[in-house]
Amino acid sequence: MNIKTTLLAGVVALAPVAGFAADLTIGFSQIGSESGWRAAETTVTKQQAEERGIDLKFADAQQKQENQIKAIRSFIAQGVDGILIAPVVATGWDEVLEEAKDADIPVVLLDRTVDAPEDLYLTAVTSDLVHEGNVAGQWLVDEVAGADCRIVELQGTTGSSPAIDRKTGFEQAIKGHDNLEIVRSQTGDFTRSQGKVVMESFLKAEGGANICALYAHNDDMAVGAIQAIKEAGLKPGTDIKIVSIDAVPDAHLALANGEMNATIELTPNMAGPALDAMEAYLADGTMPAKWIQTESKLYTAKDDNQAVYEMKKDLGY
Amino acid sequence: MTEQTAPTGTPTGTDAQDAPMLHAKGISKFFPGTIALDDVELTLHRGEVHALLGENGAGKSTLIKCLTGAYKRDGGVITLDGEVINPASTAESQICGIGTVYQEVNLLPNLTVAENLYLGRQPMRGGLVSRKRMVAEARRVLRDYGLDVDPGEPLTRYSVAVQQVVAIARAVEMSGKVLILDEPTASLDRDEVQLLFSVIRTLKERGLAIVFVTHFLDQVFEISDRATVLRNGRVVGTRVLSTVSQHDIVTLMLGRQLEAKVHDRQTGAAGEMLLEVDGLGKRGMLEPFSLALRKGEVVGLAGLLGSGRTETANLLFGAVPADGGVLKMHGKEIRVGNPREAVRHGFALCPEDRKTEGIVGDLSVRDNIVLALQARQGWMRPLSRAKMNEIAEHYVRTLDIRLASLDMPIRLLSGGNQQKALLARWLATSPDFLILDEPTRGIDVGAHAEIIALIETLRQQGMSLLVASSEMEELVAYSTRVIVLRDRRQVAELTGAEITAQNIVHAIADEPARGVA
Amino acid sequence: MAGSTQGLLKRITPQLIILAAALLLNVIVFPDFFHVDFRNGRLFGNIIDVLNRGAPTALLCIGMTLVIATRGIDLSVGAVMAIAGATAASLVVDGHGWFTALIGALATGAICGAWNGVLVAVLRIQPIVATLVLMVAGRGVAQLITEGTILTFLNPGLIRLGAGTILGIPTAIVIWICLGAFVAFAVRRTALGMLIESIGINEASSRLAGINSRVLLVCVYLVSGLCAALAGVIVAADIKGADANNAGLWLELDAILAVVIGGNSLLGGRFSIIASLLGAMIIQSVNSVILLSGMPPEFNLVIKAVLILGILVIQSPKVSYLWYMLRASGPQPQPDRKSPRPRTTPEEKTQ
Repeated sequence: MNIKTTLLAGVVALAPVAGFAADLTIGFSQIGSESGWRAAETTVTKQQAEERGIDLKFADAQQKQENQIKAIRSFIAQGVDGILIAPVVATGWDEVLEEAKDADIPVVLLDRTVDAPEDLYLTAVTSDLVHEGNVAGQWLVDEVAGADCRIVELQGTTGSSPAIDRKTGFEQAIKGHDNLEIVRSQTGDFTRSQGKVVMESFLKAEGGANICALYAHNDDMAVGAIQAIKEAGLKPGTDIKIVSIDAVPDAHLALANGEMNATIELTPNMAGPALDAMEAYLADGTMPAKWIQTESKLYTAKDDNQAVYEMKKDLGY
Repeated sequence: MTEQTAPTGTPTGTDAQDAPMLHAKGISKFFPGTIALDDVELTLHRGEVHALLGENGAGKSTLIKCLTGAYKRDGGVITLDGEVINPASTAESQICGIGTVYQEVNLLPNLTVAENLYLGRQPMRGGLVSRKRMVAEARRVLRDYGLDVDPGEPLTRYSVAVQQVVAIARAVEMSGKVLILDEPTASLDRDEVQLLFSVIRTLKERGLAIVFVTHFLDQVFEISDRATVLRNGRVVGTRVLSTVSQHDIVTLMLGRQLEAKVHDRQTGAAGEMLLEVDGLGKRGMLEPFSLALRKGEVVGLAGLLGSGRTETANLLFGAVPADGGVLKMHGKEIRVGNPREAVRHGFALCPEDRKTEGIVGDLSVRDNIVLALQARQGWMRPLSRAKMNEIAEHYVRTLDIRLASLDMPIRLLSGGNQQKALLARWLATSPDFLILDEPTRGIDVGAHAEIIALIETLRQQGMSLLVASSEMEELVAYSTRVIVLRDRRQVAELTGAEITAQNIVHAIADEPARGVA
Repeated sequence: MAGSTQGLLKRITPQLIILAAALLLNVIVFPDFFHVDFRNGRLFGNIIDVLNRGAPTALLCIGMTLVIATRGIDLSVGAVMAIAGATAASLVVDGHGWFTALIGALATGAICGAWNGVLVAVLRIQPIVATLVLMVAGRGVAQLITEGTILTFLNPGLIRLGAGTILGIPTAIVIWICLGAFVAFAVRRTALGMLIESIGINEASSRLAGINSRVLLVCVYLVSGLCAALAGVIVAADIKGADANNAGLWLELDAILAVVIGGNSLLGGRFSIIASLLGAMIIQSVNSVILLSGMPPEFNLVIKAVLILGILVIQSPKVSYLWYMLRASGPQPQPDRKSPRPRTTPEEKTQ
């Protein structure tokens, strides 16, 4: 959690200063700060609001839906112009969304959708997890250019939707390319230390020379695996190609050092497109599409990763 | 065995033609490495109270467990009311008609009296437990047992004696033929014992066969008709009690004659002043009391259960912090705020409740013996293995502690041997002042005599002792002075020739009959 | 049991047998399991991984064994790991040396342990509740220190503690084996072991025997905190970063399991640190089987549960009693003369 920004947001939320004529007041119900990406999303959302001169009321739900519902009700009571929600779960939103609709307050969902009638919210801004896996797989297909490649896969937490979707997307991309084969796949729980532990066992079970590429469902596991590869006396990025997803600052650093080959960005900037849609709707009633997909940008060694790292490292990742 | 038991005759007050209610024959039980029961025979008649006697480890509880199905016996036949029974569990034996009540009451303290009485067989109405009927019936049943309690109250509200009777009522109501009482009086005071005995007499008249297991020989003779004595897993004899003396029974149990020791008291000849206590007390627990103790004195503490005997011991030892009073040792004021400080000043306490406050059950006998000495030395200065063995072996020898090995957990020793090991724990610290709280409770006759002899030996060596006991004869045997407590206060002090059981009883009962003895 | 090697061997026989079986299972799924070579200046092989990856659990179970011996439990060790790792990382990030970071982390662990100890020994809060407080709050504290991020560091001294080697052996292995041996030796060569067991079996009796149970209890929780802190530093150093969310997550349960597999009773009393350490290695061997088997990760928890259940069933008093009886009723049914318990019943057999 980034204390400073949280405190700042608290002050902002508590002080509806008279005289400061903000064009819009938007409420943002954030899940919490369970991961670095989540913290970055909060930071970016605040930055986006500030750039647009929007008065952002921020509420941290600490992983609880009841807190989110409470926050939304209080936004409605305060008569905000719009509401952003990063929903903690998919179900149980109908009633409170109904209330927002009755109050004529548009709601935009961030990074996850909900199981509720589509007319209850303006739009949902999310990344496409399957697409991310797809981009990763496609990159690898292009990279090896027809050569044989034995791949090991570090999955996310077993049963979680990012793990399932990112695996599906990757498998779709390499389907039909018989030169690519996933030889081992095991969960690294999305953590750096498990990524390292599982990669160690891959290296021993398959033999480091027999592994051509590593696909990790997130950067943290890839960063852990890089260390395991180094300790095994191999060169990550060269002896074993590494592609993963999220594009956290440490991944950019690894790219800059040549220890990693590619990462696909899960942008923390969900608020940008969301606020664009919101402003357009409030200005002249433009209805956006029901789903706005964020860009899954591919970063490779060709990009100026050092610069991206410097830019991202203070976002709260 | 049959020859041995045949001439013992029929119990008093029972119809001789009656076939026995229960007849157990040839009962055997083996444990790895031990023969716990060897061809044991036991006959119970209707309306008979039959005492089962023997030193600890003689096989009493094993026999009971074989009868109730708690253990699977390795041989023998049990006939109940003419039918051969083979209970595989205590529940089955209850259905057959054998109910058991153990020393530690086996009830659920948080449930009400009525629920405890009817648990598992509650009166039903329309598929639901009829609470009202249950309470009413419980009240009626308990009145038969001379208890006037509110069956709707939780069991914990009542004393151990009442709980004991509830347990008996439950067992009798469920079983109704044979009732086994395993040391029922161990934690009861005099009046409570009488309450229990009146219940037993009622049940006897109702024709139940009652097995009574106890260490208290007086009680055996007061309530029982016959007694079967076990030794080392064998029956050494069954006797009609009206025809024998206590002495005969003790001889049977021990296989040797118990010497009745009377020592010469030398009140005046005690040594220098050791400990002076002034105004030590704690509100709601014990009125402030004073005590002066010289070297080589044994001060007995007499009084009924709850009169403040144990409280006195605990306050002196700092087990419970006092809220006022001064202690002086060798004329110098000392502070005893907790047992650690007490030990440092040369105090020692063998508590009343051996199991929960004395022994450290799973530790070896050796560790238990050296524990207090080691605690006083501190963990940085461990006793060597050799030293531990030396100390432990010394006391095992001098106190005659019977054990298979110093490595065995102390909980496997018999009560008397546990008590001796606890004494050894404190003697190893060479205390100046030894407090014994009920040192002979729940231990067998042999160990009993040995501990009494030991108290005298220690006194002669110049140690000062404070002994709390509910056994008058015992106090008379070893005390140089007796302090009598009543209602958490000192009410009398007896010295020299005044010390007689009768005087103590008078003092407890507040009758001005001193010197009449 | 304290002094003689024979006694120790007898005590840890079940653990050794189970460990051998677990390792055999590894060989079955991966025949080259025992192959070790020297690569990149360090020993390299699956068996080395088991020893290395088992380090955090092993370190935790040293302290946990002592706590459980006093009839307590320490649920906070995982969270303390996170706090200590975060402390060490933030110290080196702020420019302090690795030694300062290590001392800082250990001090944090000691404070956490002392806190638990005071709650348990002085305020008399039940251990499971007392340590639950820190288990829940501790991770939040760690997040405050790292400000929610994975605090990455590059200090080579600190990294060496987790990922480095000593004479080719991974440092973590050297640390846990040395510490384990030291503590096991220390509690038996001083009177600590006996006094701790005494408190665990019967605190009232122990207090009346003059044992300072309060101080001893605080010390035991303090040692547990120190062990957790060391584990936390190793885990952070291993990945060159303090991950407040995930460091040591659920590891307290593995540590408790290791103590149980080590044949120590959760009801306190007699304990063996060596057996607990073997328990930790057994758990890690099971983890290794899962990783090497190449089974889909959906089966991980099922496989682990089945194997652990098997181990616990084999160790259960009832089964050990059956074994005992089978052996006793063999061709020579001579009663075991040396057996200190002539009357063994299932309940009394504490394995």
